[in-house]
Amino acid sequence: MFLTDDEKRMRDGAEGAAVAAAMDLLIRYGKALDAENLCGIRNVAGTMTQPTPVKARIVKEYGWDKAFAVINLDSDGDFEVPDMRVPTCQLQHGFGQDALGVVPYPKQNIELQASAESFYGRHGVNILATCTPYQVGNLPVRGEHCAWMESSAVIYANSVLGARTNCEGIASTGAASLTGKIPCWGNHRAENRYGTHHIEVNVRVDNFQDWGMLGYFAGGVCGEDHPVITGDINVPDLTDLKHFGAAAATSGGVELYHIPGITPEAPTLEAAFNGTRPPEPVSYGPAERRAVYQTLNEIGATADVDFILLGCPHASVDQIRKAAAALDGKRLSPGTELWLMAPRALKDVADRSGYTRVIERAGGRVLADSCPAMSRAAPKGTRVFATDSAKQAHYLPAILGIEAWFGTLEECVDAAVTGRWNGGLS
Amino acid sequence: MIILHGRTVVPGVTEGEALVSHEPISGWGGIDPMRGVIIEPRHELFGVCFAGKVLVFPSAKGSSGWSGFFQTTRLSGTAPIGMIIGRISAKSALGAVVTRVPAVTDLDADPCEVIATGDWVRIDADQGLVELTTPRPEGQGFQPSRAGVPGSPATAPGRTPNV
Repeated sequence: MFLTDDEKRMRDGAEGAAVAAAMDLLIRYGKALDAENLCGIRNVAGTMTQPTPVKARIVKEYGWDKAFAVINLDSDGDFEVPDMRVPTCQLQHGFGQDALGVVPYPKQNIELQASAESFYGRHGVNILATCTPYQVGNLPVRGEHCAWMESSAVIYANSVLGARTNCEGIASTGAASLTGKIPCWGNHRAENRYGTHHIEVNVRVDNFQDWGMLGYFAGGVCGEDHPVITGDINVPDLTDLKHFGAAAATSGGVELYHIPGITPEAPTLEAAFNGTRPPEPVSYGPAERRAVYQTLNEIGATADVDFILLGCPHASVDQIRKAAAALDGKRLSPGTELWLMAPRALKDVADRSGYTRVIERAGGRVLADSCPAMSRAAPKGTRVFATDSAKQAHYLPAILGIEAWFGTLEECVDAAVTGRWNGGLS
Repeated sequence: MIILHGRTVVPGVTEGEALVSHEPISGWGGIDPMRGVIIEPRHELFGVCFAGKVLVFPSAKGSSGWSGFFQTTRLSGTAPIGMIIGRISAKSALGAVVTRVPAVTDLDADPCEVIATGDWVRIDADQGLVELTTPRPEGQGFQPSRAGVPGSPATAPGRTPNV
């Protein structure tokens, strides 16, 4: 792999042991990818503060510098962590102090995370604490090279914003934060950004649930490739595409898609395929839609629901407002709990706008920073949960060993109020 | 003996029993790194332990937590001893790097078709080679247990973690 003189200096220790370790990881990683070179980046979204058992053990025995070396740089070295070289933000992590008494989440994790926020904040990490940094102050511009984690954020950055990032990991984002470099491979190169599959929508897709199901279908069809979507769709909004992308990245490994006329790198179907003839389209019609719905609901068997989860990926203000409107004047069944996950900055907006109060009056909660899947935490005794998120319906049964129902916001609110799942595909 | 030719992902040499997944593997939400077990309910290897095995899989899918979860298997002694990856991606490349086990990709045949669970494979990742030293007789593939019992601790070569 080609290294510039500047990169060789970093590798050889001219900027300290931590930067050398970061460059060593990037070189090992770049070679694993067979990358030709590194590219410069000024935008990192990673995770440093999320509590884990391994992190707790290392911090207790050796402190935060060691934890960063081992986990965020994959290094056995002993050194102090310098300030972040380029703008770096923390993605979603565990729950905070304000979740105490609401979420069954270990107090020692809350304390470990508070200690982490203090350490990493001092080193220049912006604690955005959300899986949707693009909603709260980290909105890359088209063509900007980034090093982001979080599959739902990566696919949004690449596809909706036209920024360039691979689906990075903890160690590569850690190394990028200290060097401003990442392997120039995959989505960083223009020639790799064209469509590979054509999905033709032959059933009307014009709401949040349907965009999520279409995404889940696209991931199943394309794996890690690049779907191009045409057909009977409305102009999606931020929440539709947030749901679509999260679902496509969950069922497959999609990091980039195009919707001709809507997403920035595909003014036309032909442009999405670099002027070459598009492949034969794969149809998404009523039968495919029903099959996706059944897959997402196959883990649900018991109609008694005890937990409703909204806001995956973290809710937009509009989603919080809609949830508040649906819950206004209602009361949750005594046997159910409802949590809505949001970025803390947007929860602040919801608080000021009165939405949080409406949701809480009904017995629900607006929670920040985390989610049940990240923190492996649901209300005590949860056996069956319902959600409007295809991603959460996919993951939470595996992570918590519970049943899942997937439906619309209205069906989820109905389940919260009645304690019963009455959803069905309309 | 069957020899597959590919390229280095992580250098090193290892050999052991293969565990083959025909479906992509999810890290976060797909494996329990403390036990080295696949936990995705819809997965063909649901409940199967990969600790101490040569993990053969077509690709990585799902969350960007992939590499972090496989790094945790190394730190917990539940890691596979090698990886044979059908199609490399950022997730699986970084995952193999931080698991610090010999790994290869870009082979001249589909490893998930040529290799079967229970086959004895040797990875010479320095040369980018995979040798099936004892291909199983036709139709007598090893059936993985679904008990989810952790296997023997990984004896992966390479740098030893000091924590």
